[in-house]
Amino acid sequence: MNPTLDKLLGGKQGAIGLALLAALILVVFPLALDAFRLNMVGKYLTYAFVAVGLVLCWGYGGILSLGQGIFFGLGGYCMAMFLKLEASDPERTKIQSTPGIPDFMDWNQITELPLLWEPFHSLSFTLIAVVVVPVLLALVIGIAMFKRRVGDVYFSIVTQAIALILTVLIIGQQGLTGGVNGITDLRTLKGWDIRSDEAKLILYFVSAALLIGCILIARFIIASKLGRLLLAMRDKEERVRFSGYDVASFKIFVFCVGAAFAGIGGAMFTLQVGFMSPSFVGIVPSIEMVIFAAVGGRLSLLGAVYGALLVNFGKTYFSESFPELWLYLMGGLFIVVVMYFPNGLAGLWDSHGKRCLARLRRKPQVLVTPPPAVIATGKRPTPELETTP
Amino acid sequence: MDSQPIRLLPRRLAVGAAALSLLAASLFSHVASAEVNTTGLAVTDSEVTVGILHSATGTMAISETGSIQAERLAIEQINASGGVLGRQIKVVQEDGASDWPTFAEKARKLLVGDKVATVFGCWTSASRKAVLPVFEKENGLLYYPTFYEGLEQSKNVIYTGQEATQQILAGLDWVAKEKGAKTFYLLGSDYIWPRTSMKIARKHIENVLGGKVVGEEYYPLGNTQFGSLINKIKLRKPDVVFAAVVGGSNVAFYKQMKAAGVTADKQTLLTLSVTEDELLGIGGENMAGFYASMKYFQSLDNPNNAAFVEAFKAKYGKDAVIGDVTQAAYLGPWLWKAAVEKAGSFDIDKVVAASPGIELGTAPEGYVKVHDNHHLWSKTRIGEVQKDGQFKVVFESDLIEPNPFPEGYQ
Repeated sequence: MNPTLDKLLGGKQGAIGLALLAALILVVFPLALDAFRLNMVGKYLTYAFVAVGLVLCWGYGGILSLGQGIFFGLGGYCMAMFLKLEASDPERTKIQSTPGIPDFMDWNQITELPLLWEPFHSLSFTLIAVVVVPVLLALVIGIAMFKRRVGDVYFSIVTQAIALILTVLIIGQQGLTGGVNGITDLRTLKGWDIRSDEAKLILYFVSAALLIGCILIARFIIASKLGRLLLAMRDKEERVRFSGYDVASFKIFVFCVGAAFAGIGGAMFTLQVGFMSPSFVGIVPSIEMVIFAAVGGRLSLLGAVYGALLVNFGKTYFSESFPELWLYLMGGLFIVVVMYFPNGLAGLWDSHGKRCLARLRRKPQVLVTPPPAVIATGKRPTPELETTP
Repeated sequence: MDSQPIRLLPRRLAVGAAALSLLAASLFSHVASAEVNTTGLAVTDSEVTVGILHSATGTMAISETGSIQAERLAIEQINASGGVLGRQIKVVQEDGASDWPTFAEKARKLLVGDKVATVFGCWTSASRKAVLPVFEKENGLLYYPTFYEGLEQSKNVIYTGQEATQQILAGLDWVAKEKGAKTFYLLGSDYIWPRTSMKIARKHIENVLGGKVVGEEYYPLGNTQFGSLINKIKLRKPDVVFAAVVGGSNVAFYKQMKAAGVTADKQTLLTLSVTEDELLGIGGENMAGFYASMKYFQSLDNPNNAAFVEAFKAKYGKDAVIGDVTQAAYLGPWLWKAAVEKAGSFDIDKVVAASPGIELGTAPEGYVKVHDNHHLWSKTRIGEVQKDGQFKVVFESDLIEPNPFPEGYQ
């Protein structure tokens, strides 16, 4: 097989796994589910973008970000700003004191469109911003943190703080962002009604295709030398550093990739759900996204997708069947997963699948055993000791 | 039918239920489902399905539980009196989980999956804004119970709470007249409802009452540190503190006010956001003597309310309290029943068309009437907080016309 293709598909087993996932989301779901349920799956798949990014950052890079909601939200807000401007044409908003600006600005006595919003009249700018804005922020955070060798649990706490700051900022700047309500009532994309069933179907396929694209990119990264370096860094950072590699740059890179995936997911979320609000930016959604990756197995890209789907299916099913009890059921599910299947669904598949498939081809991302706790810091030597020759 | 208030008389229901249902059955049983339902809603010859969509879990559950209880009570009473067009109401309840996209998802599920004839639900503005496009797209009908900021009027929503001008203007007029208030300190949680309310209040204070706003501040939802604010209040000595702090922040705010010695004998305070439900958490002794402006208090003295409070306590326990929104939620099913029977059909478009002009003489708050703009005509009351967690009604306005897009206040 062509080596690049081999890297992308992750060997024979990887190719089969990907084909199964693609068949499931591209053929089985669209055929088996009605428009409403399919739209819900489309929403879950947007979370899977974040989970795939987390597998890269956390499972391979050892960077546990508890603030992926930041990037998901930024991507989503960029898309929402474009859609909101389109939905606020002077004709439809003529009842306002200032027609032609989004309704929530009018409620906040803003009389002209803020400068920040101006570029979002352009779709091409918006599409670029969906990826670039989260990446830029990730870059800044990454440089500030990793260059100074802030890592592990401290990094997690800082990402969480940033998620909180961003939420407070969005809620506080009500005239600019729509506050707690978020940006709602999005209708059309270049005149195309995104609320119709056909549009939802098309957006679902776009979302699914983009997700598979992201998985392929992630696989390429994992299978490349960079991927092996990430693993090495996760397990013995000092050794990689002493070998002459700039550890920080690799970390920043993989963090930015995770942010880009999350941004794309956020934009697809806005398109499919029809609004964006600070409730996707904060700490709770960010931690939920980590849970998706954990349930799926933090070392498995495909597992992350299944994790996101399964947890959200569970949420919907439990909340429809037991409206008063469902949060407890979800909590119980997480406890069971963490206690009995620390490597998630993918780990479960491994431990049972290995027996049957032991003689089959090696599957790199499966055979790597993770250290018991990636964020545990207690055993690490202090930096002073490291740098002393 | 327009001019005749629809009689509900919950107290007599227990006695007359059987007779009424027989009467209703004989009246309506001949109406075929195909005639009263031409758009494929979940209506059979014996049943009609409606949705309830509130947060049963999450941070809003404490506020929304009362609404769920009131809606279920009203539906139970309607069923006992023969249902709607001879059909018993069946409820599908969904949990919005205090999460706005979940609200949108569940709203779509109710409308598309369950084909409900109407939905009673939502509490916060954010959840209403999230479901609004769904209701407009799928042509559903929502009865929304909370007092809110106005600036909205949808064909697909009937607003059974007060919009901002109804709640605010009468309250400000009263405090200016009774307390001779000239200076006001405006205070709220930081989101659309308090901000819009305070915008309206400021215009009214400055342009109509000739008073002065000496401070205007907003705190994040869930904020619990009000020390510096209380110092500013002590320093500037406003005649009135006009507050729209919501949720758990209320408990911190009023307890800290009391601890700082800012009590009713030294400071007049008028709130838009403390009902009997919030008082449970705050404690009546921490707020005694302060005032609230809204359309309903549990202590309202009229026969409708006596029957309502009795039925509510019989179902949910003698310690249950009923706040403004709970009462507004109770009106939803009754208003819907009246509109359906006036229209003679469950079709959303016909029910919507029949809604303006519907009158309810038996509402616990007294007489209400649906305006062309889908809001209710209602009275505004001022209640004084008592130590036992109830309000003493000290003022009652005339019937106020709802005006969600007030000229001169935007």
